[in-house]
Amino acid sequence: MSTVFRSIVKTALGVVARRSYATQATSARINRKVDYEKTPILYKTEKVARDAYGLGSDGALEWQNLNQAVCNAMHHALKTDDNVILFGEDVAFGGVFRCSKGLADEFGGTRVFNTPLTEQGIAGFGIGCAAQGMKPIAEIQFADYVFPAFDQIVNEAAKFRYREGGVRVVMPRSPSQAKGMLISSILNCNDPVIFMEPKTLYRAAEEFVPRDAFSLPLDKAEILKEGTDLTVISYGQPLYLCSEAIQSLEKEIKGLSIELVDLRAIYPWDRETVLKSVNKTGRAVIVHESMLNAGVGAEMAASIQEGSFLHLEAPVARVTGWDVHPGLVFEKYNIPDVLRIYDTIKRTLNY
Amino acid sequence: MAMKQVAQRSLRPEAALLRKRLVPQHNTLAQATVQARRWQSNRAESSSYQPSVSQRAGADSVNFPGAVNSKFTSTMRFQNPAENTAMSTYRILDADGNVVDNTRDPQNAPDKEILQWYRNMLTVSIMDIIMFDAQRQGRTSFYMVSAGEEGIAVGTASAMDPDDVCFLQYREQGVCIQRGMTLKELMSQLFANKDDVGRGRNMPVHYGSGKHKIFTVSSPLATQIPQASGAAYALKLQRMMDPNVKPRIVTCYFGEGAASEGDFHAALNIAATKSCPVVFVCRNNGFAISTASIEQYKGDGIASRGLGYGIDTIRVDGNDIFAVREAMIEARKMALEGNCKPILIEAMSYRVSHHSTSDDSFAYRAKREVEEWKRRDNPITRLRKWMEKKGIWNEDMEKEARASIRKQILQEFSAAEKVKKPALRYMFEDVFEEMTPDLKAQMKELKRLIETYPKEYDVSQHEQGIKSLD
Repeated sequence: MSTVFRSIVKTALGVVARRSYATQATSARINRKVDYEKTPILYKTEKVARDAYGLGSDGALEWQNLNQAVCNAMHHALKTDDNVILFGEDVAFGGVFRCSKGLADEFGGTRVFNTPLTEQGIAGFGIGCAAQGMKPIAEIQFADYVFPAFDQIVNEAAKFRYREGGVRVVMPRSPSQAKGMLISSILNCNDPVIFMEPKTLYRAAEEFVPRDAFSLPLDKAEILKEGTDLTVISYGQPLYLCSEAIQSLEKEIKGLSIELVDLRAIYPWDRETVLKSVNKTGRAVIVHESMLNAGVGAEMAASIQEGSFLHLEAPVARVTGWDVHPGLVFEKYNIPDVLRIYDTIKRTLNY
Repeated sequence: MAMKQVAQRSLRPEAALLRKRLVPQHNTLAQATVQARRWQSNRAESSSYQPSVSQRAGADSVNFPGAVNSKFTSTMRFQNPAENTAMSTYRILDADGNVVDNTRDPQNAPDKEILQWYRNMLTVSIMDIIMFDAQRQGRTSFYMVSAGEEGIAVGTASAMDPDDVCFLQYREQGVCIQRGMTLKELMSQLFANKDDVGRGRNMPVHYGSGKHKIFTVSSPLATQIPQASGAAYALKLQRMMDPNVKPRIVTCYFGEGAASEGDFHAALNIAATKSCPVVFVCRNNGFAISTASIEQYKGDGIASRGLGYGIDTIRVDGNDIFAVREAMIEARKMALEGNCKPILIEAMSYRVSHHSTSDDSFAYRAKREVEEWKRRDNPITRLRKWMEKKGIWNEDMEKEARASIRKQILQEFSAAEKVKKPALRYMFEDVFEEMTPDLKAQMKELKRLIETYPKEYDVSQHEQGIKSLD
């Protein structure tokens, strides 16, 4: 879902409470909405942001949300390298999520432009541009619409260089991570990268972001919180829910210490970091939104039991969407929530 | 038996071939081989098969399989499409409701029917405003207004048979209303409540109705277009197998932006090569979110593409409901003649509304431009002016109609808002025809979670609460 307009219009319908179609249970204690103002995953103070990115005490920072950080990263790329171009549906006026605001004005319509409405065309055109020496950023407006482009991505982009896989898939958890990872993807990586931006976070996630350009690795997971008793691995928006669940449990059970890992690189993924963590803790819970069967968690669970079998105290657990299409009115019961993560961690601890 | 009846009809080549195909299956490989050989020689004899003869000496035209009817020329000339005149736009009424072609009577329906079309367009227009406001107030999550395009939807739908089949894009609520979907059915979908035939699985405006032969709207653009070609082919075959079946077409709607998708091209090409009885209706409203038509294509609209695929095509003024309807009546007739064929209608209009409730179109177009279109020309006022000139409508009737329609809509709105959501069980049903053991286990797990933590979930909003998970 995209921007929410804030004007309340008075009509015969009267003025009613906002968003009445998406309320939580009012008695919920664990299963509460993520408070993006207070989550420890976002760098809400200057000190925390500077420490995270190794900046000195006068390191320049900006307060940005995810779509601003993405825009900023692309701005840097367009400014630094003339070979960078950006195109997709509706990017010229700033994009439906404001990720390309001002870029067409600043860099002109030859480098930043709207394409006709065709994902297979966007992907194919981008691959051709890249093959011929440019550094294209091809935007697919909604991940749900990427499928016409699958032939181009899977059969063309991935195989152009003929390496194992050949296409990298990454997902940033926050504005600062997005900035570093997107700059890397465009300027420092010669493999095609599918850069997945969690839409919910575009406006909700705000934090301090280093003002100067910087790069983050595209093949490393990151340990967000160290712990000793169990490892939670996730990526994207669910990390915020994991954080809430962990907080609830650590408050409830004295001495409990849970490690939280942000996968960041979905494919190829950082086996080394994950296995090292599970070897230490002996228990693993993987969380993702997409369905259970043959999901990212399935691959990770298989790898973990291969690589950490003798260290495991409990089966690797997965908290995921059910094996169903994501129906609108059932969303709350389908996508993993704080409660399911909390319950699964608890049961894994007690195995 | 049906087979004998088909044999007695005059043989069209394809029907003859089809009849042979429908002979009962063979038991041995030998029989199948004999059948295959007969098939090949029939193919050679049928009139649709041309023997491949190489270029004859002294011939003045091409005989390559790829281009028949092409004469040789010694003048090298690249055809520049910009030199061609744009395809004309058919209309009957001008913006002031005057009939511009006096040689014809625009009205091929009784006054009563015309009044009903008008009321249907009003219903769409009023419902759109109410639902847009409802989204702004947080009562629904999403909506798409079709202001300016009511004539295209109602006009084409008025020319269809109730048994014709429709594939929509998302801005054709006029088709739903004209074909008889009730306000309750529409509101149930919009509120994703338990009366929604789609079981609340889709966002608002993803209408569908088996009863009214409208396939459920699917979000990704243009996916419906090749499906329409296939469905039309099925209709054609079914009629070949049983001529007592009523002649039916498929009507497929999409915007000029969706026509840039690969699926559009695949669909038109298949429809033409397989002679499918499908009428493609393109709503060219000038915008695809923020992308104006000038950025969407370089050629002469979407109509010019139909010609490229060998499809009979017409461009009409979408704000003229009479022209839209006339074109559709003729299109339907042509589509069903003989061996059937596809038709393309490009209906021109202007997208008065924002793309959706998630869009503020004043970020990319002048407010004044929109206001002018709204004021100057739209299908509702055009028809109203014609009706008033004819004396079958007036200001009082307008006031009464608007008031009563608005009242009805608000009634259904309030009612639908209060209805419970679909049972939780429907999250797991219909993924497959039968629920798999995995899904049954997952449903059980969800039940366990809700039972273990009753305070963390509010299942009372869903019909039957937790019980449906048994």
